[in-house]
Amino acid sequence: MHKPASNLTTTKALAARAETARKAAHGAAHRDPIWVRWGLTFLATGTIGLLIVVPVVNVFWQAFGDGVESYWNNLVRDPDTLHSILLTLIVAPVAVVANLVFGVAAAWAISRFRFPGRSLLTALLDLPFSVSPVVAGLMLVLLFGMQGYFGPWLRDHGVKIIFSTPGLILATSFVTLPFVARELIPVMEAIGSEEEVAAVSLGASGWQMFWRVTLPNIKWGLLYGVILCNARAMGEFGAVYVVSGHIAGRTDTMPLRVEKLFQEYNNPGSFAVASLLTLLALVTLVIKVVLEHKTRADLEEAARLNAAPAEAT
Amino acid sequence: MKSSNRHVLPGFSLTLGYTMLYLGLLTMVPLAACFGKAFSLSLADFWAAVWTPRTLAAYRFSLSVSLISSLASIVLGFVIAWVLVRYEFPGKRIFDALVDLPFALPTAVAGLVYSGLYVENGWLGQFLVPLGIKAAYSRLAVVLVLTFLGIPFVVRTLQPVLESMEDDKEEAAYLLGASRFQTFWRVIIPTLVPALITGFALSLARGLGEYGSVVFVSGNMPFKTEIAPVLIVARLEQFAYAEATAIAVVLLVISFALLLAINLLEAWSRRFYA
Repeated sequence: MHKPASNLTTTKALAARAETARKAAHGAAHRDPIWVRWGLTFLATGTIGLLIVVPVVNVFWQAFGDGVESYWNNLVRDPDTLHSILLTLIVAPVAVVANLVFGVAAAWAISRFRFPGRSLLTALLDLPFSVSPVVAGLMLVLLFGMQGYFGPWLRDHGVKIIFSTPGLILATSFVTLPFVARELIPVMEAIGSEEEVAAVSLGASGWQMFWRVTLPNIKWGLLYGVILCNARAMGEFGAVYVVSGHIAGRTDTMPLRVEKLFQEYNNPGSFAVASLLTLLALVTLVIKVVLEHKTRADLEEAARLNAAPAEAT
Repeated sequence: MKSSNRHVLPGFSLTLGYTMLYLGLLTMVPLAACFGKAFSLSLADFWAAVWTPRTLAAYRFSLSVSLISSLASIVLGFVIAWVLVRYEFPGKRIFDALVDLPFALPTAVAGLVYSGLYVENGWLGQFLVPLGIKAAYSRLAVVLVLTFLGIPFVVRTLQPVLESMEDDKEEAAYLLGASRFQTFWRVIIPTLVPALITGFALSLARGLGEYGSVVFVSGNMPFKTEIAPVLIVARLEQFAYAEATAIAVVLLVISFALLLAINLLEAWSRRFYA
């Protein structure tokens, strides 16, 4: 009677001592000395400050350097600048929608089915990231330019692609092709297909299943991909530079307008356009943080739901 | 489960067909056009286009600035990821969000603002130029702007690995008598090698192809600060399509080869350190 009790206390005491030792080991193993912590924190925040924060503040400083009124005039009194804003608002959405449809189709095929060449196809999705944007533009010129493979045919039929809006859309679509698909594939794989299989088994048609089950599940991940795709589409420079032909008031998008004004030594004008693009980047970042939160919550819920049947059995 | 999906879930042939069609038309056909145009040159003409003193200088400049800036991105990105995962400090979440800014900021804007920061009366140049550091329109300017672009790739590949790193390995190392320094080099770094290689590869690929920002900051002096994409544009503006294509093919082959090499290296290191 007496003995086991003392044994119990010894075990308890031992366990408690092991726990303290473990905590001490954890602390000592994990915590860097204070000078390392301060030094590294200073280096990290300093790098972010100098390389990222200072340039952003500088853009607005330069744009508003001559006052709000001249800033406004630089944007709206210059018809070529105004046109570049409108052109960007046409080109980017078209490219984003094209890649959105593609991204959903590709993610569906890749995440829901197994087929030969699946991993090759997944790798090919990233191809545009490893092609220099300038080379991307050049490839389109080789296809659709006057000297290009389809050039004579297009000229005979009165279709203009290079040095006009369709070329800008094609170049932008090429460069931003992977964004939506890349975001969606991991999200759809994590969510799994149980709910979709259930919907179809209960007699839902393909479209009903997509609109009522798949889309609500992936909406935040989808929006995340679209936001990133849009930021890149509106900001694309290299590929668009090659196919645009730089006709002011005709084929200059906002980033091209920034460059042209810079070449013309119109710094306030250039920074005014740049400030709009910087604002776009900052808004993108804020939406991104919010969406990351929501996607994580969705995935955690999916993980919990997927784990639940396993616990039940 | 998955193999039976094809009989249960709809849309397999529709989505796969559309994916291949879109990918084929938008990427494969242009790539084929590029290689087709290059192969239409005779070997001597191709060689004459890609192997001139000016192109060699451009490849060398492109490679050196992207290598240096990728290394800088690795070091700085590692410090940033480490600090963001392990330490607490005021404003941490804002700094964390700001790391992604180079992804979202158009490169023309990055180039425009970097071109003004380091000149003699620029915000940073006014302190650096008196010290003899003339960063504007030089190799250093290109390295700085490419490092700006490369850091988020490194931070975002390292961060999840650092977060998921098991505490007990470090504790075991400590209890077995390893110093903090030994633990860092023998336990922590090996776990991070695959992610470090990936981050390096991503920033290198980005640096090699980058045009928008570099064209603003480098000064684009032939033989000195001219990158390969600028040379392609210069050839195009002279309507020398064949020469431009030849240089483009060299650039494509370099980046595909790098990508392949780094994928193999990554697969190897994953197996080696696993």
